[in-house]
Amino acid sequence: MTRLIVKTMPLLRRSAVILAVGVGIVLWMTLPVLFLLLGVVMGVWLAVSREGRQALSITWSGLSTLPQRLGATSVIIVGIAGVVGVLIALLAMAEGFQATLKRAGDDDTAIVLRSGANAELSSGLDRASTTLIAQGPGVLRDGRDIPIASAEVVVVANLPKRTTGTDANVEVRGVGQQVWPLRPNVHIIAGRPFTPGLRELIVGKGALSQFAGLAPGSTIRLNNQSWTISGVFASGDAHESELWGDAESVAAAYRRNGFQSVTVRLTGPEAIDRLKAALSGDPRLKVDVETTRDYYNKQSEQLTKTIRVIGTGVAVIMAIGAMFGALNTMYAAVAARAREVATLRALGFTGAPVVVSVLLEAMLLALVGGGLGAGIAYGVFNGYTVSTLGANFSQVVFQFRVSPDLLLRGLQWSLVIGFLGGLFPALRAASIPVTTALREL
Amino acid sequence: MRKKTRTLLTLLSVVAAFALFGLLDAVRVAFNAPDSVAGIDRLIVASRFSIIQPLPYADYMRIRSVPGVKEVAYANWFGGIYQDPKNFFPNIAVSARQFLDIHTEFVMPEAQKQAFLDTRTGAIVGEALAKRFDWHVGDKIPLQATIFPNKDGSNTWLFDLVGIYHADRPELRGIEQQMLFRYDYFDEGRQFGHGTVGWYIVKVDDPAHADRVAHAVDHMFANSADETKTQSEREFQLAFAKQIGDIGLIVSAIMGAVFFTLVLLTGNTLAQGIRDRIPELAVLKTIGFTNTAVLLMVLGEAVFMLVCGGLAGLVVARLALPLLGAATGGQLQLPMTTKTWVLGVALMVLIGTLVGLQPALRAMRVRIVDALAGR
Repeated sequence: MTRLIVKTMPLLRRSAVILAVGVGIVLWMTLPVLFLLLGVVMGVWLAVSREGRQALSITWSGLSTLPQRLGATSVIIVGIAGVVGVLIALLAMAEGFQATLKRAGDDDTAIVLRSGANAELSSGLDRASTTLIAQGPGVLRDGRDIPIASAEVVVVANLPKRTTGTDANVEVRGVGQQVWPLRPNVHIIAGRPFTPGLRELIVGKGALSQFAGLAPGSTIRLNNQSWTISGVFASGDAHESELWGDAESVAAAYRRNGFQSVTVRLTGPEAIDRLKAALSGDPRLKVDVETTRDYYNKQSEQLTKTIRVIGTGVAVIMAIGAMFGALNTMYAAVAARAREVATLRALGFTGAPVVVSVLLEAMLLALVGGGLGAGIAYGVFNGYTVSTLGANFSQVVFQFRVSPDLLLRGLQWSLVIGFLGGLFPALRAASIPVTTALREL
Repeated sequence: MRKKTRTLLTLLSVVAAFALFGLLDAVRVAFNAPDSVAGIDRLIVASRFSIIQPLPYADYMRIRSVPGVKEVAYANWFGGIYQDPKNFFPNIAVSARQFLDIHTEFVMPEAQKQAFLDTRTGAIVGEALAKRFDWHVGDKIPLQATIFPNKDGSNTWLFDLVGIYHADRPELRGIEQQMLFRYDYFDEGRQFGHGTVGWYIVKVDDPAHADRVAHAVDHMFANSADETKTQSEREFQLAFAKQIGDIGLIVSAIMGAVFFTLVLLTGNTLAQGIRDRIPELAVLKTIGFTNTAVLLMVLGEAVFMLVCGGLAGLVVARLALPLLGAATGGQLQLPMTTKTWVLGVALMVLIGTLVGLQPALRAMRVRIVDALAGR
């Protein structure tokens, strides 16, 4: 019986350690603040207590030998930098896409589509319906008592993309006269607005950067007609990927006599329910009403989620690889210093400072690696502009956004890898019998 | 093999790296899927102005009459939703007979094929899609229209599942995610847009004539209200994949980062392992092993390590891919092709040589006296 216990004890202890580590990592990922506190406590312990100072001095002697093991330590740093860099880059992509679409929506404007349509491109509303919608209750009116609503035509044109040189879809939006009070965040940054009734377009800043031949003054062909670019607009959201013109002119060019959507400014966020009730109760209409916030959030949901899942998955696999690298390096470091550690322990140092010093070293290196990776990701990818296919079957231009949140997330990951990479070697360092270590050559 | 932990850890990091490689390469291949011989004799005729502009049905006979054209099919994107927008899959109205004649990679029993040609409300789906929603021949499938409401004013369209097809080769498994139904049923039932089709699919009698036919078709409709743009099927799909973004570039960048890390990790560990063994290598040399033999031994060890770990990693990826497919509800069907295996093995040997070279050279050049003296 006792022998059994003696035999299973180490196994039990090891499982307990692994379990505790697992719980710790989950906590760390969800509640980093808690650990900040723990860090402070540790710091105080290091500075004040006797064992703490012992740990510090061992760590210091370990760190001072770093230049001699540059190759081995660079494994930890570069490995972790790789993980953190890839993680941050992919998450920054998801975040940038989401932010671009999110900014296009708010609670004060509503979009009306034909019932069942999941995007403007698949929707269709006839002229009579658009008038009815604009006259609906809850729609804000301007000083002349005209509802602030824009019946819009959304079509797709083929234009060559700058990066690939091949044709890609660009969204052309025909907007109504009231679009300026409807979307006050849109402003002209070069040239002048289009003139209603003429074949003129203004180009969004994002579209200008992604597609060739859209500079003000140039002409493009839409459905075989020449259109002049009269100016450039900025809005800071998904609309920047579009070309805007007069709705009637765009509809005429595409031989249409209807619209795709009506966007209205509400008297307030609470007016959405009134408008919804009125429009869905009207037997002349078959439409869906949503706030633009809901509409654009829905559009970013899928892609954002996909990128996040892929990004995290890739990073987890890479992290496992990097952790093995860190384990290797730290085991080697511990083995190289086995005698030294054993001497210290023979002199009366306890196990705790040894464990702490190895952990500290691994985590410091990991932090350096994490910082390096985060720095590279920030330097290379922050503001990096790309585009992809959006819900309207056309290009949505967005920028990678490396937010401070993401940088912190990256450092969090690096510390976990460093901790795991250091823990088992640290335990080994503290548990080798002193006599064995001293005798070993 | 003395340092078991170290060897194991190195091996495991190689496994992790190659598992990632397998997964990412499958993604890359999926985005370049048209890289196959299927459709080499097929052209897509669509509107020159944009993908959303339909073409008149009247063009059908005119395209057929172009010399070199063997058969013409037409299709229209439907964009219907089954139960929930998250259940996305392509559903397309096609001219049944011509479409199946042209697309020989859609394999299904003769009886089901006949049923599709005979049933106006019939639809066929790929095996993967049928599995995803547990559909069986004889089921009625309702789709919610997003673009084309039914003539009766509702958004619901009802189809009879008459056939389940599969792809004739694994790299074309993507087509098994589609649902196809009959264009005549669709055109009759829709509220607007009668007599137009989304695109034509042209089969030419000889792939060598493809360019000439494409020009002839485009020339025929030049300056008409509906100008066309004719591309090979591969070009058409590539242009589409490119629009989603330069996925290939992003994936390659990630792979680059992974391998850089990997080379560094294993290279370092191997070098360390060999440094520890220099006295032994010196002994080997003393008893008569030549320099080249020692070099090859060390190199072989490195390559062996990478090939073992790498193959294990690829196997992990191979096993993980179907799991991934299941987890995403069958939306991500990524087959692992022979090319991935070949490329993977080539990379293993290359990286193995790269990381082994430096320590191997060192082992070869070491002077016996120095090594034995522990200098």
